[in-house]
Amino acid sequence: MRIGVTVFPGSNCDRDALYAIERAGAEPVELWHADADLKGVDAVVVPGGFSYGDYLRPGAIARFAKVMGPLEEFAKGGGPVLGVCNGFQVLTEAHLLPGALLRNTSMRFVCTRVDVRVENTRTPWTSLYEPGDELTLPVAHNEGNYFADERTMAELEDEGRVVLRYLDNPNGSVNDIAGLCNEGRNVVGLMPHPERASDPALGSAEGLKVFESVLRFAGAKV
Amino acid sequence: MNIQETYSSLGLSDFEYDRILELMGRAPNFLELSLLSVMWSEHCGYKNSRPLLGRFPNEGPRVLQGPGENAGVVEVGDGWALVFKMESHNHPSAVEPYEGAATGVGGIIRDVLAMGARPVALFNSLRFGPLDDERNRYLFREVVRGIGGYGNAIGVPTVGGEVEFARAYSGNPLVNAMCVGLVRSEDLMRARAVGEGNLVVLFGAKTGRDGIHGATFASDELSEESEEKRPNVQVGDPFAEKMLVECSLRLLEEGLIVSLQDLGAAGITSSASEMAAKGGVGIEIDAEKVPLREEGMEPWEIVISESQERMLAIVEPEKVEEVLQVAERYELVAAVVGRVTGHGDMRVMNRGEVAGTVLARHLAEAPVYEREVRTPAYLEEVRKLDLEELPAPQDYNSVLFSLLAHPNLCSRRPVYEQYDHQVGTDTVVLPGADAAVMRVKGTTLGFAATTDCKGRYCYLDPRGGAAAAVAEAYRNLSCVGAEPVALTDCLNFGSPEKPDAYYQLVTCIEGMAEACEALGTPVVSGNVSLYNETEGEAIYPTPTVGMVGVFEDVGRHATSEIKREGDALVLVGDFRPVLGGSDYLEIVHGRVAGAPPAPDLASGKAASDAVRRAIAAGVVDTAHDLSGGGLAVALAEMAVCGSIGAEARLLPGGRQDVALFGEVGGCILVAVPEGRLGELEEHLEGVHYSRIGGTGGGRLKISGLIDAGLDELGEAYERDLFERHAPEGGHLG
Repeated sequence: MRIGVTVFPGSNCDRDALYAIERAGAEPVELWHADADLKGVDAVVVPGGFSYGDYLRPGAIARFAKVMGPLEEFAKGGGPVLGVCNGFQVLTEAHLLPGALLRNTSMRFVCTRVDVRVENTRTPWTSLYEPGDELTLPVAHNEGNYFADERTMAELEDEGRVVLRYLDNPNGSVNDIAGLCNEGRNVVGLMPHPERASDPALGSAEGLKVFESVLRFAGAKV
Repeated sequence: MNIQETYSSLGLSDFEYDRILELMGRAPNFLELSLLSVMWSEHCGYKNSRPLLGRFPNEGPRVLQGPGENAGVVEVGDGWALVFKMESHNHPSAVEPYEGAATGVGGIIRDVLAMGARPVALFNSLRFGPLDDERNRYLFREVVRGIGGYGNAIGVPTVGGEVEFARAYSGNPLVNAMCVGLVRSEDLMRARAVGEGNLVVLFGAKTGRDGIHGATFASDELSEESEEKRPNVQVGDPFAEKMLVECSLRLLEEGLIVSLQDLGAAGITSSASEMAAKGGVGIEIDAEKVPLREEGMEPWEIVISESQERMLAIVEPEKVEEVLQVAERYELVAAVVGRVTGHGDMRVMNRGEVAGTVLARHLAEAPVYEREVRTPAYLEEVRKLDLEELPAPQDYNSVLFSLLAHPNLCSRRPVYEQYDHQVGTDTVVLPGADAAVMRVKGTTLGFAATTDCKGRYCYLDPRGGAAAAVAEAYRNLSCVGAEPVALTDCLNFGSPEKPDAYYQLVTCIEGMAEACEALGTPVVSGNVSLYNETEGEAIYPTPTVGMVGVFEDVGRHATSEIKREGDALVLVGDFRPVLGGSDYLEIVHGRVAGAPPAPDLASGKAASDAVRRAIAAGVVDTAHDLSGGGLAVALAEMAVCGSIGAEARLLPGGRQDVALFGEVGGCILVAVPEGRLGELEEHLEGVHYSRIGGTGGGRLKISGLIDAGLDELGEAYERDLFERHAPEGGHLG
């Protein structure tokens, strides 16, 4: 099982994601932004950070990077893709996920731990959780305030595409959305950082199941 | 402009100009004068502090690199080394707080990077005037935003630091940034140019007109005209710095460079001449080959520009192509801009012509000033404190609430939540503890670091206050269970040309040096920031200490919050509280006076070492040092942060407000399960200690004087520092 991690200029959680993937028991593979090649990986993580300095708008420039072409193909073909934090922003900019992430309502960067509830376990990235599981996960962002128009929101809720919901909303997200998936449920975006809660030495491994889930998914597929 | 006006405007004195004539044997041209003026500024040349800094001990069993390099280095174990340094960015932050603070972070990261280390943790020590003033609120808010804006983007976690408010810092805030990096000790780099014929490669951002004469600006007092120097402040680009870090680490990993140096104050001039002086060689810079951000720049502007996010590498000619390719991969501009030569000069060429040439040695040897040390008159006056004049509080609960809610004692959460403190997944103990605890991935090893200084103590007692800063850092590291190893410092003072500030500088250094000797923690790097004055008023003397410690097993650490009901509370150390210089005296009685607690270094060390051994043995996981606000505030913090109450009784004798809120220089509160009390007592043999109570319930109760619910204590403690608009209590010093 090989899981790729895209590296854009300014990504800064790429090494953390690679480390968590290794801890979950998969082979981590670095995917350089300038190479239009996914190197045959079974799943892709778009990590957090400040790709291209967040200049213009978070994720707005990264979506045009060369690696995004094959990544979009991979996603449209049902390949499991996870965007975390800035990765989530990149996936919305690339229209692989609906909506947008706006400035936090506090107008401040927020780094803390938040309680979230797992809403949807029928995705490759959450299948090892139970619906209703409550987790404590780290967040660290300036633009984590999820927004979508009413029709999209109705669709997301009707189709059960909200994956994680904040129990104590840190950024003003509509409907307390902390994570969601696309229609095919293979593309997931999360504002919290599961890779930062993947090691008991740092106090929590509640996020490791995200990576273990995709491992099981790939195993089941084979 | 005649020549005297010219060199005066560059910050050189008549004496210094004569010295230049003597050294060069001729009159310098404008470019040469610019080089000398920036290198001989206080900021680069340490004219007033160099003779004093020799008093610090700087050797120890774990020290791999002491002062004289870009940063100090100590051994952690298993071949890992910690690289660390602290630096000030006070003046830029006073006029342009966001960029001033941001570029302070960027600068200290490059210092650590230049040693070949990956930057893994950031700290900052901040001082502002009181928050009842709009300008101070603006400075505080923007400095915090600037630190976050840079540190968050570059992906180095900001895991610790401190912030304090006092009238003395109004108009001249302090922004001290510290960076810690990790490196395999065999991969350490040193900034010395070697190998005649090797090439000088400049990589990173392009060079512009930003920060021309920034070092000279940093070496002057602040005044109303300082606002006009806003263009002297550089603008940071953390995105470029992130690429610079990754590119530099790749170049080092592939063994493509001979030596590496960051560009900070005085730009290419400082980097190149320091590398040349250390290597005993010369360097020629071709000004026209430096990639520029704007047209029409003069050679002198190019070589002293302080444009950010640039590094200089010495490269063997056959490896230049590869170096340029690596830079391109990281989308950085890189160019060969010069060569190492045998002539010993820092020489600036422009299209084949010599534009200026000065011996690198002369640039590195700024004249040194030793001044007369005179005891200031103010000291005797401020030390007077008659306890009889102070009424005892009517309501001890309300005193505790006002202390906990005060900007100097309340929770720092609103600050550190704006910093990404977890990126890198090595942060073992999150901010808010006595010291930050980080692991070394793939090993059981770890390290801790803290920044400490009480300016008010140093003002009232320069020698004792500075020693107390070192002792507090030692104690904070011990409270989390780390073995203190060495420190970096940032010496923030007023103008050395004024007798009071010079006395404070000299005496604080002596006090620190004594404490370093007594505690076995050498000084391995540091920075001096003088001329911290606004309209003639100096700041409190503030010799900030940044100390690092190591863990063999980072899993065995302690934090300050109460973890269980039914633990015994044990007060370790010689508990002799005083009101002199205390937060209680300032906040409740409106006085900055008296003699602060004298640090008893030997007994304080014994107490700290005993607690640390108990933590390493796995007996203790809860420890907190007694600091501002005394025993009552320490207990309240432990209870509020752990959401578990406590009940304690005061030791007999003395005034009750002194016992509750008085400050003391060497005590630690420990909570330990009843069943392990015996083991703890074994570790405490030979150390003063007493059992003062136990944990449990939802209230904090002390000897019938304090009885408060955790919710109301928490409400006071957790107030948002950024939403304070009204003056606090009326008397801030």
